[in-house]
Amino acid sequence: MDASSPLKSSPPENLRDRCQTLDLVLQVNGRSRRVVADPRVTLLDALRENLGLTGSKKGCDHGQCGACTVHVDGRRVLSCLTFAAAAEGKHITTIEGLAPQEGDLHPMQQAFMDHDAFQCGYCTPGQIMSAVACVTEGHAETDADIREYMSGNLCRCAAYPNIVDAIKQAKPLMRERDA
Amino acid sequence: MRPFSYQRVDSVSAAVQAGRIDANGHLDAPVQFLAGGTTLLDLMKLDVMRPQRIVDINPLETSLSDIAVESGDVRLGALARMSDVADHPAIRKDFPVIAQSLKLAASAQLRNMASLGGNVLQRTRCTYFRDVSWASCNKRIPGSGCAALEGVNRKHAVLGTSENCIATYPGDFAQALLALDATVDIAGVQGDRTIAFRDLHVKPGETPHVETTLLPGEIITAFRIAGEPWMKRSLYLKIRDRESYEFAIASAAVALDLQDGIVRQVRIAIGGMATVPWRSEEAEAVLTGKPLDEERARQAAQAAFAAARGRGENAFKPELGRETLVRALLEAATLEF
Ligand SMILES: Cc1cc2nc3c(=O)[nH]c(=O)nc-3n(C[C@H](O)[C@H](O)[C@H](O)COP(=O)(O)OP(=O)(O)OC[C@H]3O[C@@H](n4cnc5c(N)ncnc54)[C@H](O)[C@@H]3O)c2cc1C
Ligand code: SF4
Ligand code: FES
Ligand code: FES
Repeated sequence: MDASSPLKSSPPENLRDRCQTLDLVLQVNGRSRRVVADPRVTLLDALRENLGLTGSKKGCDHGQCGACTVHVDGRRVLSCLTFAAAAEGKHITTIEGLAPQEGDLHPMQQAFMDHDAFQCGYCTPGQIMSAVACVTEGHAETDADIREYMSGNLCRCAAYPNIVDAIKQAKPLMRERDA
Repeated sequence: MRPFSYQRVDSVSAAVQAGRIDANGHLDAPVQFLAGGTTLLDLMKLDVMRPQRIVDINPLETSLSDIAVESGDVRLGALARMSDVADHPAIRKDFPVIAQSLKLAASAQLRNMASLGGNVLQRTRCTYFRDVSWASCNKRIPGSGCAALEGVNRKHAVLGTSENCIATYPGDFAQALLALDATVDIAGVQGDRTIAFRDLHVKPGETPHVETTLLPGEIITAFRIAGEPWMKRSLYLKIRDRESYEFAIASAAVALDLQDGIVRQVRIAIGGMATVPWRSEEAEAVLTGKPLDEERARQAAQAAFAAARGRGENAFKPELGRETLVRALLEAATLEF
């Protein structure tokens, strides 16, 4: 975000007058989406409740589990600890926007299926968003690196070894595709 | 979460004006700056922090997120993200203690979000502080008592405590800043000032709710380090309850100027053990001018924890802290570069 994206509504002068409605435009998966919301709304809630993109999951809502991981300007972040307002003007990618086109799978999605890298699937969208970033950051060079740089995504079903295998399968395919 | 108003600022002076407000301390002020939000949103959802206005300083990123190493000196903008600093080649090579303290903290996602300024101001993980259903917490409600003194306190501090609060300062990066004798640039209504990083945090004493010397509205703009070639011989050793993605139960940041086996200078900071980022001049004094071997390292560690005081579940911590420091010192001595 830069100063060229001014807020459409100005904050109330009086500190105690806290009723404010924000009229935001979020760039989600390549589309401009309007969100009219209270400042308290997090990016995760805006995606799920306002925009109907329920792929990003709410596990803990406190930055501890990684289920809400999305990409903002190409970087993996936690949407539960991001205010929707603070994401205005940035490019947001969710699990729904990861595949190049509808019906296709991203190599990481395919790899998760090939390796049974999930059981209940609740953590999976966050795992996949994190895994894609792990590869593009260059932090997927060794098994130890993958484990370390994926440690922010918890999986109660403990699919961890399969997730490492999936990332190893997807890595060269992603590099080939992006070359 | 309680209602608040949101505004963005496009200059440091606008941020300072917006943050200008009367309050006891910076961190409980009704106006809070939003950087990465990873402390602020968490504590607002828990109803521990209750700001009435949020001033989003992220638009200042263009001017406040520089990572500059010039003629050996370091300048780190307050809005530089933990991950970018941890991955910066010159920081990794010449100031490994900084890169390691950041890389071993939190998770990849959190490090992409969290800023250096917000990082040093993160709040304690004391469960009684984080859970508002507990009536006693002097840090949250001044004068209400401290539930941790006789409570679940395995992770609580053994250094710098008072009868009013034993909460551990949880961060990692702050210890690296202490070990490199960093300074902090601050902008405020009264103008700009620069202080030693060691003067930023204050021990709980009688007023656990006052955690720093920042005034409401003051904004950290940068951290600076007068670099020395020997700072290559520095490291951060972090001991955790699990291998990754966990706060330190013990840690040590060491920067060592070693010549022909003799310690010319050493700076030691201890994490996971104290109420504030903790520099141990006592340990440094034991080592300065002497050869560094295991026995001397043990004497230094004894000195570092001479004043340590456990209370119940955390009675094991001084020993863990000493072993951690000994290991860090001996590892630093064998570093090759
Ligand atoms: C699950 C989890 C695990 C974590 N593990 C670790 C760990 O292992 N090690 C570790 O060190 N940390 C850890 N953290 C803490 C994390 O590093 C901090 O939350 C983060 O660094 C805070 O930075 P921020 O930019 O998000 O701050 P914010 O939340 O935006 O701000 C924090 C506070 O600082 C104030 N502030 C921010 N910037 C400035 C400025 N420039 N000037 C003045 N005031 C300012 C804000 O008003 C606010 O009061 C963890 C956090 C979580 C949620
Ligand atoms: S240790 Fe400090 S933060 Fe924890 S309950 Fe006691 S006063 Fe509160
Ligand atoms: S829901 Fe965001 S980290 Fe758990
Ligand atoms: S697949 Fe069930 S939590 Fe990960």
